[in-house]
Amino acid sequence: MSNVLVFVEAKDGKASKAGLQALGAGAALAASLGGKCIALLAGNGLDAEAATLGAYGASRTLLASGEAFSKHSPDAMARLIANQAQAQGAAVVLASATSVGKDCMPRAAAMMKCGLASDIVELRAEGGKPVAVRPVFAGKARVTVQASGALFATLRPNVFATPARGGGSAPVEAVKVAFSLADLKAVVKEIVSGAAGKLDVAEAEIVCSGGRGMKDPAGEGKQNWANLEKLAATIGAAVGASRAVVDAGWRPHGEQVGQTGKTVSPKLYIAVAISGAIQHLAGMSGSKVIVAVNKDAQAPIFKVADYGIVGSAEDVLPALIEAFAAALKG
Amino acid sequence: MNIIVCVRRAPVTDARIKPGADGRNYDPAGVNYDISEYDKFALEAGIALKEKNPGSKVTAVILGVKDSAKELRTCIATGCDAGVLLISDKEHDAFATASALAAKIKTLPHDLVLFGHISVDNQSSAVGPMTAELLGIGCATVVTGLSVEGGVAHVEREIEGGKREKLEVRLPCALTCQKGLNKPRSASMKGIMAAKNTKLDEGPAAVPANLINVLKMEPPAPRPAGKIVGEGPDAARKLVELLRNEAKVI
Repeated sequence: MSNVLVFVEAKDGKASKAGLQALGAGAALAASLGGKCIALLAGNGLDAEAATLGAYGASRTLLASGEAFSKHSPDAMARLIANQAQAQGAAVVLASATSVGKDCMPRAAAMMKCGLASDIVELRAEGGKPVAVRPVFAGKARVTVQASGALFATLRPNVFATPARGGGSAPVEAVKVAFSLADLKAVVKEIVSGAAGKLDVAEAEIVCSGGRGMKDPAGEGKQNWANLEKLAATIGAAVGASRAVVDAGWRPHGEQVGQTGKTVSPKLYIAVAISGAIQHLAGMSGSKVIVAVNKDAQAPIFKVADYGIVGSAEDVLPALIEAFAAALKG
Repeated sequence: MNIIVCVRRAPVTDARIKPGADGRNYDPAGVNYDISEYDKFALEAGIALKEKNPGSKVTAVILGVKDSAKELRTCIATGCDAGVLLISDKEHDAFATASALAAKIKTLPHDLVLFGHISVDNQSSAVGPMTAELLGIGCATVVTGLSVEGGVAHVEREIEGGKREKLEVRLPCALTCQKGLNKPRSASMKGIMAAKNTKLDEGPAAVPANLINVLKMEPPAPRPAGKIVGEGPDAARKLVELLRNEAKVI
């Protein structure tokens, strides 16, 4: 049996975009392996959403609910995924490489004594066996891997296409996991919100990052950073930062892009006043289109950029905001 | 409190990485090594907890080549009390690494097992939670805040969109540490001298076969040559036009 089990992450009562991308990739792989693609959803109030997953490629949908799934619980999620991997005879188990997927998939794989390929960017069948490609060293190299036994893998968000809603439908089956709240070793007490509606660099389709050349936001760089945020808001982008900026305490570490921060693959990456240290270039070179703005025409960032503007953040950012605003309005 | 910190020796982050002659691993020629970036936050967390809880012991564990003794001595110079070197010359996947670490940690008293949340080389983010599972203990990943009281770790972890999750994890447990948790200290001169004379617990690692097999390693696909659109603010309008009509990303 070559069934593919996909843990479809839910967010705010709906299957997340990254979850649907994993489902689409799982359905395509199941078709080439000659198996079924089985979706697994966990959470409460997801009955209506579960019924829609057949339209995205699932041939069956398993729905787990109950108090153990009322909040993200790595213990319960990992147990559920491992149980269903076994029950469904899955040859491949997929989830998104998000904070939830990265938390529970290693544990589920370990429960099953299976290997995990993390943060994969390609998935296909070769000679009837699943093969995955993943970047290592933040993108300085990439490896093609195969598993002995079942393959557990997490898929990098925004790399696999979000499947269009088709006409298919799939039956929904309730599944149970023998788990009580008393069994949980880790309990989520509270979720603390950051700035409302803030996009994450690892998930966003567009990222605007600032570097040291943006200058200190508590001093002469104040207007530059306000402009970068305004640019991000104008085009629906997440704000990112270079390591120098984070280490200086100018921006939160969650925004750091690079080998010692987050590796990103948006469709558009705009680097402003970032010279382009090797660690930063590695972390963003998977972006589809790269734009660099830097006053130094010799900066290494221009070697990886598709489009470059030679100029300072002070001069170019206001013009970019105006040009994007005009283009998006018209 | 008995604290274990699992540390990885990895190529420094400014190293250029090229596939080696076997086509499955990187070419080690000219590559320098250091403690993997995020493991430094785990080390600092362990040492800071020891200082707060007198009588605690911090043990650093490395699975790696014999030369990793150098990184292990850095851990001791920085404030760890003991070092365990599980010697292996091979590259191991996350499950094999976790299996070797768990087999050793089972023989040591452990209330808290700390990791970096990701290694700078393999980047699997999996060794910590897999080791926790093999030890049968709880785990929290990507930790940016930590206090330990009454047998419970109060943890903050980073999730998407600038949000943080607050968890309580019963000890013993494993935690994987993220930037922001603390500011790692450097080794003191006194520590460096003392580390030279500390006897390490060295022995061959018990590592099972890899479950994830690398078929090939390649350099990233080369990016097509880009173009300079222009200079200064006047180029902005042209750039946006190119992004819309040529690159078709907006």
